Amino acid sequence: MNIHVSEAEAKKRAARIGLAIADGDVHPALPKPQAIYPYLSQRWRDHMDTYGMIPRHQYQAGPAYPKGNPDASRRDSYPPEGGRPGSSLSFMRAQHLDPNNVELGILNPLAPTPGNAQNLELSAALATAMNQWQLAEWLEPEPRLKGSIMPPYEDAAASVEEINKWAGNPHFAQILLLSRTAEPLGQRRYWPIFEAAANHNLPIAIHAFGYGGNPVTSGGWPSFYIEEMCGHAQCCQALLASMVLEGVFEHFPTLKIILVEAGFAWLPALTWRLDKHWAKFKGEIPHLKRPPSEVIREHVWLTTQPMEEPDIRRHLKDTWDWIGDDRLIFATDYPHWDYDDPIEALPIRLDDEPRRKLFRENARTVYGF
Amino acid sequence: MTRHVVATIDEIKPGGRKVVTIDDREIVIFNLNGDYVGILNRCPHQGGKLCDGVVTALITSNEPGQINYARPGEIIRCPWHGWFFDLRSGQSWGEPDRIKTRNYNVAVTGGNELVEGPYQAETIEVTTDQQYLVVET
Ligand code: FES
Repeated sequence: MNIHVSEAEAKKRAARIGLAIADGDVHPALPKPQAIYPYLSQRWRDHMDTYGMIPRHQYQAGPAYPKGNPDASRRDSYPPEGGRPGSSLSFMRAQHLDPNNVELGILNPLAPTPGNAQNLELSAALATAMNQWQLAEWLEPEPRLKGSIMPPYEDAAASVEEINKWAGNPHFAQILLLSRTAEPLGQRRYWPIFEAAANHNLPIAIHAFGYGGNPVTSGGWPSFYIEEMCGHAQCCQALLASMVLEGVFEHFPTLKIILVEAGFAWLPALTWRLDKHWAKFKGEIPHLKRPPSEVIREHVWLTTQPMEEPDIRRHLKDTWDWIGDDRLIFATDYPHWDYDDPIEALPIRLDDEPRRKLFRENARTVYGF
Repeated sequence: MTRHVVATIDEIKPGGRKVVTIDDREIVIFNLNGDYVGILNRCPHQGGKLCDGVVTALITSNEPGQINYARPGEIIRCPWHGWFFDLRSGQSWGEPDRIKTRNYNVAVTGGNELVEGPYQAETIEVTTDQQYLVVET
């Protein structure tokens, strides 16, 4: 495999972008699964060697659906020194941070995701390990990168403990959950996590994917990867509806949610439907005092990747306007195969101000940097 | 039209590829079992470098359950989002009428012919006893 990152080319690119940008979704990876061992106690290393991490979707080693490319990654993203795409900080700098002028990159590690583990004690141990690993190997060496506090989110009490451990550490920007939780995310079992987030004024990012134990579409297990990819919209609609309708935002009025990698064009239609029904079912959910659309506009941000690409480009602009240009955060998903390029990905023209908001200001507002 | 000598024929083996730069533009030359073709090394979708893509086949179907596997070795998949491009025409498979990557003619020409005609060869030394790949831009 040829890797094409010349320094001159990188500089040219950075100049074309001009603006220093924020990237709401960067994926660092362990070079190999055992690279997390230095952060686990011997008890858990032995456990991992003997039993592994049994995910909530049961006995299979990898993801349920094969990805668009091996390791879900751009084929040009394998570090020259070996290891998985996303596992080399120096190569991430050379291929992504420098040429794309990234001044703030939010790390969303995915493997292992502690919340996916069926064994809750292992889940808690992995959470601490992943947080330590981010700090030692990514955040301290590279100030442009900010980390995600990864809680063992199916265990709320352990999650609060983990969040309290890291909150206030300036290297961490957010708390990270994956979208496929064991139960709809608005339900009470998850509230202690929301409470901790609100107390520490940390946004909660909810990244698409994860193993909650439920099928990846609301109709069951589909046949194709393309159905999983489109299913993220359904999954995020369900979790957002759950959070709004259960009254999470009534109870935690400062809570900020960032939906990551699930697209965004579906959001207006969801809120229209929610509002329509809310007007009739106030008696069922009297705790929800305002139309769902209003709650969502106040509490929810979305990262843009993978951006919808409608034939009639202005249709995307319509959804953009509805969601609000202060709510969308640019993200690349580097090094994954559905990466959005900061120069090429935007299918519509934005004026200077909305462009600045998208590429930098909104991220600064929500993450507080 | 300018002719550029970019390689000797045996530099690119059947199934192989080579990136050449002509006037600041990267072009990937492929050897399709003896036929040489060139495409711009830039995916028209978002600019992925096509030289890093996997070469595959055209997989089509007339109806569910039936599969045609045609032209193996002649279709490249972009290393980023996986659009397919026909190496012979540059056309995308996703939207053949609208999206294509630029393609280039690559001619096999004897060194003896080249020493006579106008051509540009910045990095290649041409001798009369060799066969060369010549790209027209
Ligand atoms: S850049 Fe080639 S498919 Fe997107």
